[in-house]
Amino acid sequence: MTAVSGVPRVVLSVSAPRTSREALRHLRRRPVVLGAALVLASFVILALAAPVLAPYDPSVLIPGAVLHPPSRAFPLGTDELGRDVLSRVIHGARISLRIGLVTIGIAVVLGTVIGLLAGFYAGLVDGVLMAVMEILLAFPQILLAMAILAMLGPSLTNAMIAVGLSAVPVYARTARGATLGVRAMDYVEAARAMGAGDGRILARHVLPNMISPIVVLATAGVGIAILIAAGLSYLGLGAQPPTPEWGAMLSGARSYLRSAWWMATYPGLAITLVVISLNLCGDWLRDLLDPRMRT
Amino acid sequence: MRVFLTRRILLLVPTLLGVTLATFLMLHLTPGDPVTIMLGEFASTADAARLRAELGLDRPLVVQYLKFLGRVIRGDLGDSIRSHRSVAEEIADRLPPTMELALAAQVLAVGLGVAAGVTAAAARHPAVDSAIVAISLVGLSMPTFWSGLLLILLFSLTLGWLPITASGGLRALLLPAVTLAAPAAAVLARITRASVLEVLRHDYVRTARAKGVSERLVVYHHALRNALIPIVTVAGLQFAGLVAGAVIVESVFSRPGLGRLAVNAILARDFPLAQGIVLIVAALYVFVNVGVDILYGILDPRIRYQ
Repeated sequence: MTAVSGVPRVVLSVSAPRTSREALRHLRRRPVVLGAALVLASFVILALAAPVLAPYDPSVLIPGAVLHPPSRAFPLGTDELGRDVLSRVIHGARISLRIGLVTIGIAVVLGTVIGLLAGFYAGLVDGVLMAVMEILLAFPQILLAMAILAMLGPSLTNAMIAVGLSAVPVYARTARGATLGVRAMDYVEAARAMGAGDGRILARHVLPNMISPIVVLATAGVGIAILIAAGLSYLGLGAQPPTPEWGAMLSGARSYLRSAWWMATYPGLAITLVVISLNLCGDWLRDLLDPRMRT
Repeated sequence: MRVFLTRRILLLVPTLLGVTLATFLMLHLTPGDPVTIMLGEFASTADAARLRAELGLDRPLVVQYLKFLGRVIRGDLGDSIRSHRSVAEEIADRLPPTMELALAAQVLAVGLGVAAGVTAAAARHPAVDSAIVAISLVGLSMPTFWSGLLLILLFSLTLGWLPITASGGLRALLLPAVTLAAPAAAVLARITRASVLEVLRHDYVRTARAKGVSERLVVYHHALRNALIPIVTVAGLQFAGLVAGAVIVESVFSRPGLGRLAVNAILARDFPLAQGIVLIVAALYVFVNVGVDILYGILDPRIRYQ
């Protein structure tokens, strides 16, 4: 039946597989997800091997190649300063990968620690931590990120910190909920009876058993983080020129829409491909790890 | 119902206090000295002292917060450091175009999203369902600063049907509203689809079908009506997200609005202005959430008695 809380419970997937081999078999039945995983893998390779794979230096101005349409020499064209768009898109993958990892790293680590402590110790710790999180949840994420940027000042590093911090409340709330469920388990009681301290119980028994909703949240969260960070760069609050960041590249392309459609096309295509793939993998992982979390 | 309303409205007080406290602390949690950041390294000591006194930074923190709260309640958000105009006036000038954009986007998102979701859920042909699911995935994943540029490229520059920039009434509102609505419509389509599919499995739907009610009536009357609660929740929560999302869309279409104001405030390190905008948008978000809560109290009597 429809939950009164407003989240429809739809269980479409088979029961959660226990082994990685089962997970792989599950994946083979979903060719679209497999495709998404391959797209992500190629972007990671592009990111890691960018200096080798990019035909040109992303910031070098090629003489006589200003606003060239896509051609054999410049497959994705060149920009208003004569820089190769393909090379910049490839290097942009490197920056987006870093943005994704750093922001989600901040959100997952801080959110999990806060949620674990709140859920495990309950009482005053829980009350104070969650009151702070509830207040922060009263701000839409992009607004919270902008507020933090207003404090730190605009730059790519600060944008990553801001996007990461702005996601913490959601992770903290999820982690707390998951911790509350695990805390009541018999094996936690058993560990305590055997004399384990809080630290050991949290690290060895609670954390591994509460982490799967966080993993699910983080997979889709990387996409959201990349979108928001690129949006901030588009606004001029994140990566600054000449950094080959996708959002900043699109911002630069806006003035040349009439004459150079390719400048506005490929960086956006790259972001969209990465985010679609992340969303597909996130949905799949959610079905796999926790069929009840479908929305 | 009265108890339910009173409780929801009383709950506003701690939340709004929390929001004002968080906004107030923005200035104090800033690494470094905000006065130096605002005025630059080379400001004279007298100027710095004057600004410090003007912002009340020389008083104890609790006193500062209470003063801030008192001013906010009276509608005084301080003065912009750059334009020297009152922040409340600056915001009042820029709020209407942003609200207009967000409202238009909300209407489009609900219309398109719910229609697409219901169509997908009730589709006889699996290809229709898959197509809608795929389109909503793309809508969800496309950044608005890209889809906006593509729409300008197609409809304004190539086809010449619609103006590129802000002035020009409803025609000028169309592309920005579609751009802003797309991700919200995609989310609503997914929620509606899941929610209607869930309801379609219920016994009363089978009963309705068994007694010969047309499929159309089953879907729209029996299923959609009962699937509305999650849809209303998400749509309501989206509104403030649309106001915040307008920041980017306004920038793509060079529309005046709160978004541009916020970006300029951040770039110029104009703390009072940035604080004021954050406070207003967050307060709006809180009020909308309570409104949504009350709305589903009306839609679903079960919630009132929890």
